[in-house]
Amino acid sequence: MRPENEAELSEMVRHARGPLAVRGGGTRGLAARGAVVLETSGLSGVRLYEPGALTLVAGAGTPVAEIEVALATEGQRLAFEVPDLRQVLGRAGASTIGGVVAENASGPRRVQAGACRDFLLGVRFVDGRGDVLRNGGRVMKNVTGYDLVKLMAGSRGRLGVLTEVALKVLPKPEAEVTLALRGLSDAQAVAALSAALGSPYEVSGAAHLPGQGTFLRIEGFAGSVRYRFGELARLLQGFGVAEEVPSPWAAIRDVGPLAAVAGDLWRLSVKPSEAPGIVARMGAEAVIYDWGGGLIWARMAPGADLRARLGVFAGHATRLSGAPGIAALPPEAAPVVALSEGLRAQFDPRGIFAAPEEV
Amino acid sequence: MDMPTPSLQILSRKARIVERLLEVLPADAVVHDPNEVRAYECDALSAYRCPPLAAVLPRDTAEVAAVLRVCFEERVPVVPRGAGTSLAGGALPTADSVILGVARMNGVLEVDYPNRFIRVQSGRTNLSVTGAVESDGFFYAPDPSSQLACAIAGNIAMNSGGAHCLKYGVTTNNLLGVTMVLMDGTVVEIGGPWMDAGGLDLLGVVCGSEGQLGVVTEATLRILPKPEGALPVLIGFNESEVAGACVSDIIKAGVLPVAIEFMDGPCIKACEAFAKAGYPDCEALLIVEVEGSEAEIRHQLGLITEIARRHNPVEIREAADEAQAKRIWLGRKSAFGAMGQINDYMCLDGTIPVSSLPHVLRRIGELSRDYGLDVANVFHAGDGNMHPLILYNANLPGDQEKCEALGADILRLCVEVGGCLTGEHGVGIEKRDLMEVQYGAADLEAQVRVKDVFDPRWLLNPAKVFPLHVTAGRRAG
Ligand SMILES: Cc1cc2nc3c(=O)[nH]c(=O)nc-3n(C[C@H](O)[C@H](O)[C@H](O)COP(=O)(O)OP(=O)(O)OC[C@H]3O[C@@H](n4cnc5c(N)ncnc54)[C@H](O)[C@@H]3O)c2cc1C
Repeated sequence: MRPENEAELSEMVRHARGPLAVRGGGTRGLAARGAVVLETSGLSGVRLYEPGALTLVAGAGTPVAEIEVALATEGQRLAFEVPDLRQVLGRAGASTIGGVVAENASGPRRVQAGACRDFLLGVRFVDGRGDVLRNGGRVMKNVTGYDLVKLMAGSRGRLGVLTEVALKVLPKPEAEVTLALRGLSDAQAVAALSAALGSPYEVSGAAHLPGQGTFLRIEGFAGSVRYRFGELARLLQGFGVAEEVPSPWAAIRDVGPLAAVAGDLWRLSVKPSEAPGIVARMGAEAVIYDWGGGLIWARMAPGADLRARLGVFAGHATRLSGAPGIAALPPEAAPVVALSEGLRAQFDPRGIFAAPEEV
Repeated sequence: MDMPTPSLQILSRKARIVERLLEVLPADAVVHDPNEVRAYECDALSAYRCPPLAAVLPRDTAEVAAVLRVCFEERVPVVPRGAGTSLAGGALPTADSVILGVARMNGVLEVDYPNRFIRVQSGRTNLSVTGAVESDGFFYAPDPSSQLACAIAGNIAMNSGGAHCLKYGVTTNNLLGVTMVLMDGTVVEIGGPWMDAGGLDLLGVVCGSEGQLGVVTEATLRILPKPEGALPVLIGFNESEVAGACVSDIIKAGVLPVAIEFMDGPCIKACEAFAKAGYPDCEALLIVEVEGSEAEIRHQLGLITEIARRHNPVEIREAADEAQAKRIWLGRKSAFGAMGQINDYMCLDGTIPVSSLPHVLRRIGELSRDYGLDVANVFHAGDGNMHPLILYNANLPGDQEKCEALGADILRLCVEVGGCLTGEHGVGIEKRDLMEVQYGAADLEAQVRVKDVFDPRWLLNPAKVFPLHVTAGRRAG
């Protein structure tokens, strides 16, 4: 199914009998099996862009690339840095902004600027009853009623089909520089990243690629970036000699280093200081650390039960690829499950939106 | 402002309810004397008052859970309360409700610098969160002007902002996790010291839910390293519209100030008379603050003043040092106090797209003339969060009603241009009946259904946020 507009979509959902799987570009989300695919590509186009107010409103099916081009002409960007997972997941297609929002997909700049949900100002969506709903708006501060905007971000198509999203955008900085440290163990690397993130130098990327290096990004005015590089190098002296390197951030954002490694792809959100210990316990084929250690991307041997290996830890793990058998989404505590199921039952009483389970 | 008629059934059971509360809390934590409960009769929207049935002051999550279980079984409404500084009547009780105050729960539970978070009990004041980490070079970013008094619990419930939120975001952008007790006494842990949700983002909907979904007892908050320094520049203009255009240009230029504050003529005059900050005599004034090292600050201030010069300012005053910075902020910080000296006032909180600033200021001027009530504007211009202050005389019969009508018209205007009713103060009772201006019936129903999930009996702060007719059936049940 491919609705051309919100009204058509509303009718389709209202009359749907079996499960539906909402699909933007099919480039990142977990797929649902046995469901009728509902494509959002008909709900496309930038509806409003006010560079002076830092706001952009677009149909959920708008390709991210189209939005990025529009923003670039005004020297602006989506500051949460949309990861492009096509290579690492072996997918094709064009990523849509609705898919990005539904996954709350956020890149390295999460540590400084915030996640996708932090830039989401408003949504329109069609819930499981077929009702067209609106929440938030297009202004930067809005506490009028409950924040369903945040709830929809990362809801993976389970509460409704996003039709339109309003985003806060930011100016592109004048300059960017990357500082690298070499030869650090995972534990040393995370300690170095923490020290940098705990400094006033506004680090906007903090990643560690085992065997390759430990990377810190600084962005801003040219003079400022120079100054901060120097200060950071001094601050991190105890970890080795800092060098300036070409930007590795597109690759880190897209989990590029794991593209060539075989196995199931896992994503873990953890307390940064515990990341090296977690990695040591999980026996991965390969990992990378982003978000100062708070985000771990891992390739595991096919079928390996990462959660069983780790036991209880502060955070959660999601499986993004590999054969079914191990739950893709992280387990949650009983009261949280009860609330989440309760919300699903309210927004989608007939259970029309299929669970994104298996890939 | 209508509030639901108190349930006689509950009022008549007061003795039994108090007795049961005393079974789960120490005697000094249950306030039930009719005179003593008056301490909880209102918040900072003090035009509305009503003493509660009783007030309880638990010390930890377990006590909160015990109290809620009692109230759940007795079917008594509960109004959570932090410091009572809400400007929207969020903490206003009804005669048949129990106030659950978290003020005694003010401890620091964990400070973790490598992972940049602090975990506190929710009754801790906003400023003392920063106080706990400041000597180590960190701070908690959201800084409402009420930060000396207001509690993190209230900040989370209202998703409060502050002067610095242009750069650092509001409460929801700085909140990592909460411990919350549901109305039936269930304790829920949501989020934690990591950076996103594994399943649905429940934290996102709890933040800003105005005490209607659960009682937050503990919070994990993101802390940030303090900037090396910060300095403001003051820019005066002869026209509000021009100042508005200047704000838009600054934002577009790629400087990311921490704050852009705006004051209009009436407000400048009042502040001058009150605080004698030495502001220029002009129609509009911007205070723009930037952060960084000395050189970084100078560079950014240079760019800002260069942009400002293109708009024919009457004065540009760059702070050279801390003392001058203080003077520049002095007037702005005393703005509300200054207005309070000359008049009773009502503070609105609508947000508008920054691009509509000139139009909205003009329309507010016209509405002010139509109603015959003065309006002074002081607000966070960078993010379009307006704070029109309507001046009135509370002792003049009919003036408050007139003021509320003008306020409603101004908020309708904010919605009309693509904005919203409230940017940081919350809906409470104050904007409850205007919700239908911003949202359609289905949109409101979707929100109300969220409460159905968290609080099926509709006992938590039930008469707030939504127009009473929208929730009538639920509250009765
Ligand atoms: C002079 C002044 C200046 C202000 N400046 C600002 C400003 O700059 N920015 C801004 O955003 N606000 C501002 N405010 C408004 C107010 O301070 C904020 O809304 C604040 O967050 C309220 O906190 P509180 O602890 O006083 O909450 P309260 O007033 O006690 O309660 C507010 C709401 O929170 C709920 N609540 C309280 N505790 C809990 C809990 N434990 N669990 C769940 N819900 C709970 C209550 O039920 C109520 O709905 C200002 C107020 C004043 C008086």
